[in-house]
Amino acid sequence: MDFDFNLLMNAIASGLLLGGFYAAVTAGVSISFGMLDIVNIAHPAFVILGSYIAYYFSASLGVDPILVSIIALPAFYLLGGAIYQVYYLSFERRGQDALRGLAFFFGLLFVTEVTLLLTFGVDYRYVEAPYIGPSLHLGSIELPYRLLIPCVAAMLLYGALEVFVSRSFIGRAIMAVSQDQLALQLMAADPIRIKRIAFGISIATASLAGALLIVIQPVEPSVGRDYIGRVFAICVLGGLGSLPGALIAAFLLGVIESLTSTYYGPSWAPAVSFGVLLLTLAFRPAGLMGR
Amino acid sequence: MAAVGLAVMALAHWLSVDYFYFAAYTILQFIVLSTAWNILGGYCGYVNFGTAAFFALGAYSTVFWHKFFPMPIPVLIVLGAVVSGIVGLGMGYLTLRLRGAFFSIATLAMAVVFQTLVVNWDFVGGSRGAYIIHPENSEFAGISVHYIEYLFMLMLALALIALVTARTIERSQLGYGFATIRDDELAAEACGVPTLRLKLIATTLSGAFMGMAGAPFPYYIGYLQPQSAFALDYAVNSIAMPMIGGTQTWVGPLIGAIVLGSAQQYATVTISSAANLLIVGLMLVAFVIIAPNGLLGLFEQIRARKKP
Repeated sequence: MDFDFNLLMNAIASGLLLGGFYAAVTAGVSISFGMLDIVNIAHPAFVILGSYIAYYFSASLGVDPILVSIIALPAFYLLGGAIYQVYYLSFERRGQDALRGLAFFFGLLFVTEVTLLLTFGVDYRYVEAPYIGPSLHLGSIELPYRLLIPCVAAMLLYGALEVFVSRSFIGRAIMAVSQDQLALQLMAADPIRIKRIAFGISIATASLAGALLIVIQPVEPSVGRDYIGRVFAICVLGGLGSLPGALIAAFLLGVIESLTSTYYGPSWAPAVSFGVLLLTLAFRPAGLMGR
Repeated sequence: MAAVGLAVMALAHWLSVDYFYFAAYTILQFIVLSTAWNILGGYCGYVNFGTAAFFALGAYSTVFWHKFFPMPIPVLIVLGAVVSGIVGLGMGYLTLRLRGAFFSIATLAMAVVFQTLVVNWDFVGGSRGAYIIHPENSEFAGISVHYIEYLFMLMLALALIALVTARTIERSQLGYGFATIRDDELAAEACGVPTLRLKLIATTLSGAFMGMAGAPFPYYIGYLQPQSAFALDYAVNSIAMPMIGGTQTWVGPLIGAIVLGSAQQYATVTISSAANLLIVGLMLVAFVIIAPNGLLGLFEQIRARKKP
């Protein structure tokens, strides 16, 4: 069999870049599911919401979509805080979060998706930016800028999150809440407020991830459904509560998906992430770097 | 129970409006799906997001056998049930070691894996989809009826069987076992309840009924394709209906399916077909926040308050 080294290298390269982007989408779930134990299955819907906001303001004002999403960060943060408040009052306080909380977020997923559908319609939306189109040529490897820039942005996001979590007071409080909520309460910090801040940050990352998504590919409301599985697969594979783990797992998944797509055909790609998830849950539920 | 079924059938035949059959078929189908979901989700407490997989597998098994040679639908229903039941058993083995959210995500994963398998399987049409042409009328006990009425009667019978089964399970030893699993699985295991075996029974039964609901679907819809057959919409409906009606008893899914199904049909006809998913989402969120035990729970609360 003709072994095309070029094809392999390109597949791995684009897999890594795509993996970087998946990491950006997963950052939010890594915080909400990994650290706060909140199964926010609606996260991909918020990412799509971020995409549409980036599209809307970018198309009408001509501003770069990633810039739009950064400006929209505070709005998403407040949205996340509000959602957590409802979640806490309805479920966590009564101790019923398992089944009801899951159903709540599932319902929220559909409400968000259909609202976007009714507002914007089913047409694919895309943005114009100077870096969508040209590629960086490193020898025989081609790195499209529209994949490279989201990957770099994702890694910056992770760097920022990691610094926040390890250096700042609130960041360390979030880690504390994930380890032992009662102990944190005894230390005179309000765990509910900390969790609200953390969930707000989680949804805020969705805004940025949404802009990155619409840079990579045209978006329509039901695109989010493909990401539900990927996001949780990466979270579990990386180990719950570990941001570096999620980053590594995202790269891994991106490469595996890219190789499957290239050698077996793109119709098998959705099964890859879920297959990885099932294997991880069966053999190493703690993930790569889990507690 | 049978008397109610016969009454509904007679009323429907007397009305003889084709649209009623179409709409009622959908609602009956959801009664079966939500009752089936409730066996695993409400009685045992394991939230299954993969409803669409079992439903679509039932539908695709019909397509598969139809390509070999066409058979009467009741036979196909049984075959669909067997296929989905076996898949349910397999899914149980793979996923029941997981708890809570992990189980739910794993069921979602299995649904997508099955969808990918079907998309790549050309014999049943793959992503091109499969057509099934059905006859205009159907002979039934000497009376010739429109095909859709035949499907409606079949689905009515299926719904009655599902409800009777759920009621029987609920009142039996099996039902008590399920309830202990829902309340505290560790304690149940410590008391000697064979939790794994019970859970496997639950997933198999649940899967089998969902497959039975799916088996006549290709005949109803005429054209089957993986994108819509495996859609997440079935999962959200089969979760929302028991949660709205009440997950504790067999009546809950029935009420939820009728209320939500009718609302959806009404919205599809009057507003738009995309709006019906919005209604499902909003009602699910609203009921989960306001009435955690569903409509039945609300009735119980009101009745309890009225007592001196």
